[in-house]
Amino acid sequence: MREVAIVAFGQSDHVRDSAETSEVEMLMPVLHEVLDRTGLAARDIGFTCSGSSDYLAGRAFSFTMALDGVGAWPPISESHVETDGAWALYEAWVKLLTGEAETALVYAYGKSSPGDVREVLTRQLDPYYVAPLWPDSVALAALQAQALIDAGLTDERALAGIAARSRAAAEANPHAQLRGAVPPGEHLVAPLRTGDCPPIGDGAAAVVLAVGDTARRLTERPAWIRGLDHRIEAHSLGVRDLTDSPSTRLAAERAGAFQWPVDTAELHAPFTSQEVVLRRALKLDAPDSTVRINPSGGPLAANPIMAAGLIRLGEAAARIHRGESDRALAHATSGPCLQQNLVAVLEGE
Amino acid sequence: MSEVLTAPLVVEFPFTRSLGPVQSAFLTGLRERTVLGVTASDGRVVVPPTEYDPVTAEEIRELVEVGSRGTVTTWAWNPSPRRGQPLATPFAWVLVRLDGADTALLHALDAPGPDAVHTGMRVRIRWAAERTGAITDLACFEPDDSPRGEAEPAPHRGEFADPVTGITTPARLDYTYAPGRAQSRYLQALTDHRITGERCPSCRKVYVPPRGACPTCGVATDTRVEVGPRGTVTTFCIVNIKAKNLDIEVPYVYAHIALDGADLALHARIGGIPYDRVRMGLRVEPVWTERSRFPDHYRPTGEPDADYDSYKELI
Repeated sequence: MREVAIVAFGQSDHVRDSAETSEVEMLMPVLHEVLDRTGLAARDIGFTCSGSSDYLAGRAFSFTMALDGVGAWPPISESHVETDGAWALYEAWVKLLTGEAETALVYAYGKSSPGDVREVLTRQLDPYYVAPLWPDSVALAALQAQALIDAGLTDERALAGIAARSRAAAEANPHAQLRGAVPPGEHLVAPLRTGDCPPIGDGAAAVVLAVGDTARRLTERPAWIRGLDHRIEAHSLGVRDLTDSPSTRLAAERAGAFQWPVDTAELHAPFTSQEVVLRRALKLDAPDSTVRINPSGGPLAANPIMAAGLIRLGEAAARIHRGESDRALAHATSGPCLQQNLVAVLEGE
Repeated sequence: MSEVLTAPLVVEFPFTRSLGPVQSAFLTGLRERTVLGVTASDGRVVVPPTEYDPVTAEEIRELVEVGSRGTVTTWAWNPSPRRGQPLATPFAWVLVRLDGADTALLHALDAPGPDAVHTGMRVRIRWAAERTGAITDLACFEPDDSPRGEAEPAPHRGEFADPVTGITTPARLDYTYAPGRAQSRYLQALTDHRITGERCPSCRKVYVPPRGACPTCGVATDTRVEVGPRGTVTTFCIVNIKAKNLDIEVPYVYAHIALDGADLALHARIGGIPYDRVRMGLRVEPVWTERSRFPDHYRPTGEPDADYDSYKELI
């Protein structure tokens, strides 16, 4: 099988409101950054794939406007996923594995500032039984958090600790939206407090993928994708055990995460309580574990919706590029209460 | 740029959905104060019922009736109810396993405060006074002091008089649209009756309206260029359908217009000339009506037609 690596990663600064720039204006510097880093021009890229959502923009086919930033002439091979860019990366990875392309540009962006993201996300719920009740994203996460507390798997204090660790780690991340000591705050939807929830923000990210020797030529230390898999669980929340994430565990197993230990894990857990679920599913909770979890600060420090999952893959890869990690796990999620999960295993040479 | 333009944007749609046999039976049942579940492949009773097994994806149809009382399996206290949610006063979101069911249903619990709610508490359905066959027929849950029912779910044919076969769920999302740097500048110039484009630093093309990026080169367009106001019709169509809420007599002409100095045609209505006299190469200029932020239409200037060669690249 062909070897595929992440050879470059770039992201915007993540901000609460980016009203002064359109989507393409926000995205373009990030695209230029990753292309410059590899010395590639847009016309050299074999396949381009993006992730975003019309519901965030409030406009149909909004991704076509952002495509202007790629320079789609002469005609390019291009695709789009209406979800987090991590799934766009999955599509690009498959494209490279088939031998149809040598390089791929993957990008994702999300501006939550134009709308009310807690309401916007209700539109991804079951339209017959759930969406008419308008349960917002924080409420659904809070149900999961209470289930974890009832099961004795965490408590409010432990959750606050996860938030504090994440935001302390984000001190070293110049792109993060929230850094340092952030007070736990009031209950937004109990048991979740403001501090347990991710910041609402706008941002973009991009990576370049390349195969085999092309990857070695484009960067000193490629982050090889050793495995990549994504799985989904039942749509209906009441059917699932909210304290567990069998889809994450299966995706990790298929991606080879359990074959050898990883030293870094970038987890897409927008809520503190979801990190508890993921750590258990990914077996990261061994008492002697030295795995660094979300050294970037994770989604609790910056959560641009539709880009935050791709950023987990990018941050994990960037640590390998810098020689700070030899084997890293990256996770992305989509849907309420960790409904869909993607796991990648990345390695340096 | 000093000012960021913004405008309210409402996306609203009454989604109309048809129901399959299981969903139809469940929602009609709610209208009749009867809660139905469906038996999954492994024998579990799924409430609210699905048409396909959540594990095996096998089609399932075997309906059973379950109780209207149940047990909270998890909950979350919502101190600030939002638009569209079941209760306007602070309430608990709950997942409730109804007596006889093996899975839980999401809804709201009317309780005086978070101290009155706990996992494992007993609750019962409060029915809406007016029921139409929707999940909101179940107004909410309320605390109940009866012990857990032992009754087995009873088989149910799922047949009702006048079954509900579809639902309409209005959805509204409110946005504040911000067009960004390039389009804001364009819109601000329009208020002075000026039309501006932006030039690509790489291919030198002038785009109007500018969107901030050259779609050919993928770089920012940042040099402002005033274009027009006169231009040339590059191609057109004759519209014979009267649009709703649009006070324009049909037939009329909608055209692509290459403004002088622009490298991309924009589109607009042509007026001031019979529809069957409009032609490629016709020279036109914008007509601004009072207080309008953009040209109402374009009309002939009276100049001789432009040479085909002068606009053939812009068609």
